[in-house]
Amino acid sequence: MDLIPRLPINRWTDIGINYLQLKFGTSFDALSAFLKSMIVSLQDLLLFIPPALLITLIALLSWKFANKKVALFSIIGMYLIYNVGLWDATMQTLAMVIGSVALCILVGLPLGILSAKKEAAHRIISPILDFMQTLPAFVYLLPAVTFFHLGVVPAVIATLIFAMPPVIRLTDLGIKQVPEELVELGKSFGSTFYQMLFKIELPLARPTIMAGINQCIMLSLSMVVISAMIGAKGLGGEVWRSIQRMEIGNGFEAGLAIVVIAMILDRITQSFGKSNE
Amino acid sequence: MSKIEVKNLSMIYGGNPEKALEMISDGYSNDQIRKQTKQVVGIKNVSFSVDTGEIFVIMGLSGSGKSTLLRCINRLNKPSAGSIIIDGKDISKVNPQELRAIRREKMAMVFQRFALLPHRTIRDNVAYGLEVQGITREERYDKVMDVLTMVGLDAWVDYYPANLSGGMQQRVGIARALATDPDILLMDEPFGALDPLIRQDMQDELIEIQKKLQKTIIFITHDLDEALKIGDRIALMKDGEIVQMGQPEDILLSPATEYVARFVENVDRSRALTASSVMVKPRSVVYPKDGPRVALHVMERFGMSGLFVTDRTGVLMGYVLADDAGRISDTGQRQLDSIILKDVPSVAPDTSLANILEVIAHTQIPVAVVDEKNILKGVLVRGSVIAGLAGQRRGGINGSNTKIAD
Repeated sequence: MDLIPRLPINRWTDIGINYLQLKFGTSFDALSAFLKSMIVSLQDLLLFIPPALLITLIALLSWKFANKKVALFSIIGMYLIYNVGLWDATMQTLAMVIGSVALCILVGLPLGILSAKKEAAHRIISPILDFMQTLPAFVYLLPAVTFFHLGVVPAVIATLIFAMPPVIRLTDLGIKQVPEELVELGKSFGSTFYQMLFKIELPLARPTIMAGINQCIMLSLSMVVISAMIGAKGLGGEVWRSIQRMEIGNGFEAGLAIVVIAMILDRITQSFGKSNE
Repeated sequence: MSKIEVKNLSMIYGGNPEKALEMISDGYSNDQIRKQTKQVVGIKNVSFSVDTGEIFVIMGLSGSGKSTLLRCINRLNKPSAGSIIIDGKDISKVNPQELRAIRREKMAMVFQRFALLPHRTIRDNVAYGLEVQGITREERYDKVMDVLTMVGLDAWVDYYPANLSGGMQQRVGIARALATDPDILLMDEPFGALDPLIRQDMQDELIEIQKKLQKTIIFITHDLDEALKIGDRIALMKDGEIVQMGQPEDILLSPATEYVARFVENVDRSRALTASSVMVKPRSVVYPKDGPRVALHVMERFGMSGLFVTDRTGVLMGYVLADDAGRISDTGQRQLDSIILKDVPSVAPDTSLANILEVIAHTQIPVAVVDEKNILKGVLVRGSVIAGLAGQRRGGINGSNTKIAD
């Protein structure tokens, strides 16, 4: 067994990370500043809207895209959150989730399309996604802190790593699942690459892609709690503090708020996925 | 000049076809090629040409290469060897831009499972081809209404495909193909997924549309009855090759190989065969100026109880019976005029046997086959009609002019 000496993967990793930090530290700082301002402005916006108005807006959204029951649930749930004094924390969490999911879609959707269209890209992307999905979150939380310091930014980065894979995978799958005959239809009428994509493939892949985005939202929400350990505030921060102080009741309230947010977002995005006919 | 000319076309599935192509020209079988090269022969050495306005049917069982062949013509499949010349241009060699232009303007495809986009209304489905050409919304919606009216679905523009029955969906598919006004229609078993009754309606409708529009159509089917009904010419494929090519009746009456013979065995001959293919030469006719004695003499010689009467140019005038001729001959009359039966059953040369049977059942005398100028072309006697139905290999009086592919 001992044919070769122990491989110092741990040292290599440390050296690599140090090198990246020295070499690209300023670039990371710029990225960090950008992400931070994005999340903070989102947060400010959500906190600027009066709670009553926001609750109404979310209820209307649920009604339009899902159904009356979901609308009713969102009114009761959101009021409950307001009532127990978790409104600000919830808005912080919501800002992080919305920001992360937007970035996941912005990056994940084109990568998914690339992966579906080019077999070579698929062969490179697929193992990276396996890596992202199976590597324990705690392992990359620390390097995220070294690059982006404590706070909301490393939390968003960790969330991207954790929640982006389903967007890429299901976009890839959705496009590959478009029936052969419809692909032939597009080609036989002389469609260009982008006509194929926007008129045939993406519309037909929409339910599958929406399932990916739905997964992405759920994973983002669960990551929010974990990333409280590296200084992200919001509902995760409330849970984390309650754990440290053994305040079981407060922890439960914060946990309940996360469940409410998760259910509302899930029902709304699921209804996006249903095809219009 | 022919619209589409396919020459020595071969298509091999799987990369590097050189070895497999070589084996084809050395005469190896598809199985041998597959075992040695791990490649599958789609079609091999196929040649044919289609004229403008013709419906060319490619028929064969599944796996015979007919769909592969069709997809070579709009290059959804890239041929491995050979050429496909459409209006003087070799489709197998054009660059992507030219190919796109040809696909947009010259040809359109109709699919077996309709291939309608479920997220678009009927209007936007039919408009698809115009949309990729960049035609304005107003213009394409005008055109959409025209073609949807032609297939009788103008009331359905705002519905989605899921609201329509299979037959209606395929009408939309046909309308979509017609919307770009292409010269060539490629139809891949378009009625294969429909119920038999709907299928017959659709066949009739296609024939009607074709009468108006005169497109060049390549039509794939595995249904021989359909091929015989629709096709101006038929090519029968097996294992990637054309085993016989010709007009419907050639294939039916003179199958080139055992395979074709087995294929045509179960066809409904009464619909596929026409009067001209089973009629016999009128063995003898008399002219009105011939007297009853001449007529009787001729009847006696051929052992018949009656004769057709025509004028010198061959126009049918009627029929005389031996009994009548004997009677007036005894009275010394010298003209046949008074005993010619004017009301003779007659049919056109392209009448199907199914319709002839009805005529023949209600008459004692033979049925005359006359063209549009009423010239006597042949005679239908019960024996020849029954022989035709039974599928005996005999040509009509025109002789058979079967073309057999090498």
